[in-house]
Amino acid sequence: MLLAEQVLNGLQYGMMLFLMAAGLTLVFGVMGLINLAHGSLYMAGAFACAAVAAATGSFWLGLAASLAAAAALGALVEVVVIRRLYARDHLDQVLATFALILVFSEGTRWLFGSFPLYLSLPPVLSGAVTLPGGLVYPAFRLAIIAIGALVAVGLFWLIGRTRLGIRIRAGEADREMIAALGVDIARLYTLVFALGAALAGLAGALVGSVQSVQVGMGEPVLILAFVTVVIGGIGSIKGALVGALLVGMTDTLGKALLPTFFAGFMEASAATSVGSALASMLIYVLMAVVLVVRPTGLYGARA
Amino acid sequence: MRFTGALPNAAIFVALVAVAVVADRSGNPYIVTLATKVAIFGLAGVGLNLALGYGGLVSFGHAAFFGLGGYVTAILASHAASATPVATVPFTMMGTNEMLAIWPVALLVSGLAALVIGALSLRTTGVYFIMVTLAFAQMLYYFAVSWPAYGGEDGLSFYVRNSFPGANIFAPLQFFAICAAALGVTMILVALLTQSRFGLALRAAKQNEARVIASGVRPFALRLTAFVLSGMVAGLAGALFADLNRFVSPAMLSWHMSGEIMVFVILGGVGRLAGPIAGAAVFIALEYLLGPVSDHWQALLGLLLILIVLFAPGGLMGLALRGRHG
Amino acid sequence: MAEPILVLKNLVRSFGALTATDDVSLDLRPGEIHALIGPNGAGKSTLIKQIAGELRPDSGSILFEGQSINALDPAERARLGLARSFQVSSVVPDFTVLENTMLAVQGASGSTFRFLKPALSDRDLTEPAAFHIRQAGLAGRETVPAAALAHGERRRLEIAMALAMRPRAFLLDEPMAGMGVEGARDLTAILAALKAEAPILLVEHDMDAVFALADRISVLVYGRIIATGTVDDIRASEEVRRSYLGEEA
Repeated sequence: MLLAEQVLNGLQYGMMLFLMAAGLTLVFGVMGLINLAHGSLYMAGAFACAAVAAATGSFWLGLAASLAAAAALGALVEVVVIRRLYARDHLDQVLATFALILVFSEGTRWLFGSFPLYLSLPPVLSGAVTLPGGLVYPAFRLAIIAIGALVAVGLFWLIGRTRLGIRIRAGEADREMIAALGVDIARLYTLVFALGAALAGLAGALVGSVQSVQVGMGEPVLILAFVTVVIGGIGSIKGALVGALLVGMTDTLGKALLPTFFAGFMEASAATSVGSALASMLIYVLMAVVLVVRPTGLYGARA
Repeated sequence: MRFTGALPNAAIFVALVAVAVVADRSGNPYIVTLATKVAIFGLAGVGLNLALGYGGLVSFGHAAFFGLGGYVTAILASHAASATPVATVPFTMMGTNEMLAIWPVALLVSGLAALVIGALSLRTTGVYFIMVTLAFAQMLYYFAVSWPAYGGEDGLSFYVRNSFPGANIFAPLQFFAICAAALGVTMILVALLTQSRFGLALRAAKQNEARVIASGVRPFALRLTAFVLSGMVAGLAGALFADLNRFVSPAMLSWHMSGEIMVFVILGGVGRLAGPIAGAAVFIALEYLLGPVSDHWQALLGLLLILIVLFAPGGLMGLALRGRHG
Repeated sequence: MAEPILVLKNLVRSFGALTATDDVSLDLRPGEIHALIGPNGAGKSTLIKQIAGELRPDSGSILFEGQSINALDPAERARLGLARSFQVSSVVPDFTVLENTMLAVQGASGSTFRFLKPALSDRDLTEPAAFHIRQAGLAGRETVPAAALAHGERRRLEIAMALAMRPRAFLLDEPMAGMGVEGARDLTAILAALKAEAPILLVEHDMDAVFALADRISVLVYGRIIATGTVDDIRASEEVRRSYLGEEA
């Protein structure tokens, strides 16, 4: 029973990571850009949700605002800064988007102050659900799993079945070709970036609803999203999904099981701290192993 | 990258020394400490630049080596203070508070770590290399957070700065002199290295790997050597940083630290010998000057960095020397 | 007859259903230019890559001076004296002509891992490099960055670098590609002189050059060698006419 709960927790964590990683991997794959500021869009979504929910009293309006605000901010940043970086090397991209983090973090602190904000969930999501088998599980966590699954299905459909998806895949393969076919590549890129930003904003709002909304919340999750993208293979939505679930499960199950494992031969408090920290290392070990065996990730194009 | 570049590089170093001396004479020990910070961060940057600027290896994990150097220092010093051995297997190793004994250990440990991390990471290229170096640094970060013996999350303090023969290390200027000397010697070694046969082949491998192979040299061996040397320099900087603060914490190993070292290099000018010193100086000067003016000085720093990337791709030294040497 | 320097025995390499190298055997003897010709897609590049060590053959062996080099990586083969030039001109663009050639000199002598002595004032490097630059007809261009060279000059720089490897055999992949008539004639003279240094396995599209230079010619079609012989043999061969020269005539 405990294990089943942890598996669901891992699934929920993985789905949240997928929302982050999907945008990152699209931007990586289509535009060849490393965007360290992706975590700032996550933070922006959380703050937008908190602010709108507080002003209107509606969590759902807040959630909609998180999508809209992150997409708008993403589009703005893409037009003003990001699009000038596509032709640059990774080094310039890392520096410029690192700088964007500083700007966004301080900007948010200036607007909202340093104190964390808290969201309250609507009644329909704040309770618990009894699952078949008798497991009682928070409704909100189930909702995150469902939203992640919906987004995954939607993205596979978008990339695989629609005109926009065809253009995105074509742009990935051959930039000049698609420009020659008369597609407005600049607009396509802005669109892709805004889409990734909206998903990040949604993830931020969802996580902010159960934890707290504060400056710097995007950074730990950004690093995990990168790990996810790299494990899955850059540019692959499927890879992002598989990577996210792998990372989510590894981290959650590691944190749940390792302390128990160490408690077998250590005293309790030491076992907890050693076990949980080793669990934090575990995903990086996973990533290192994947890359050493497959240097371009699980579903990455062969170099 | 000819020797014609020696003058601006020397000028930046001399300017740093001059600032420290003048500040000391005019009774501003705090400025001397800031200059010491510039020298130490500059040293870490010079180390990273060896891999990044000359070898084209974008490591996002140099905090690992910086932090290891720091932890070696703090661990040896704390054992010296408590008169307990660091290890008893395979032989008894006591702590020490002599910098000249600590540094070789810091160099060795960070060099070995760079050898392992580099050998595995260099199987990948591009974005994957950036991310896998980051992952290894994060592993060490979480290890430091978890390992309770040396402070875990809270870090590890030692109350007396380690000593250096003939120096009064409590005088800010004397400690600065030690750091500046380490920086100066390293700069000379790196300058020689980049102009040597090894440097020639390393720079060639950055531009045209196939050509280097056709010349009978394995790029992997060149890059791994550069990565190890680069990690060792970062480790030495970490050792000095630990002594500056008499404190180390997992923050020294964090990805923010890796990012900042990278910022020093890019801000100053990639592949320029003294670029990281200029970068670190500007970074620390902005923190010092803007910090009191606005709590949000980092936003201004961010804007400045963006402007530099967009409009001055050669970094500050590239900007200052524009039109002089290509 | 002298022992061949380079021997390919029954090389096979496929990519999926496509057999790009189909049971290829050939040799390169001291003092000769052995040209490898064939239509586009015949598998010339695949074959060169296997000789240089960038691709592993599925089966068959490659002997260099009597020793199997199948297990060696490209850098090791280069150090043994198998000097190659590339189909697309391959130099270090930011380096001068002299620095590019020095790179080959130090690679050949296995002395790359020296860390402190400035390379540009190291006469053990600069003098041999300058000598090979003169040999390749680039005297006076030593301090020009490779990126600023004309196409033909860059080809010559590659020759200088190949010479600096003190090769036992040259592997030249379309050295005439992209050259004007004048340049091609020039280079033909240089290649004839190169032959004195070491035998040349020459992959080339320029038939005038091949017929002027080659001592022997092998014709590769669809991964197979359909004929090997002297210039006259090849000109006279019915099969070659039919399957290859015929297409161009």
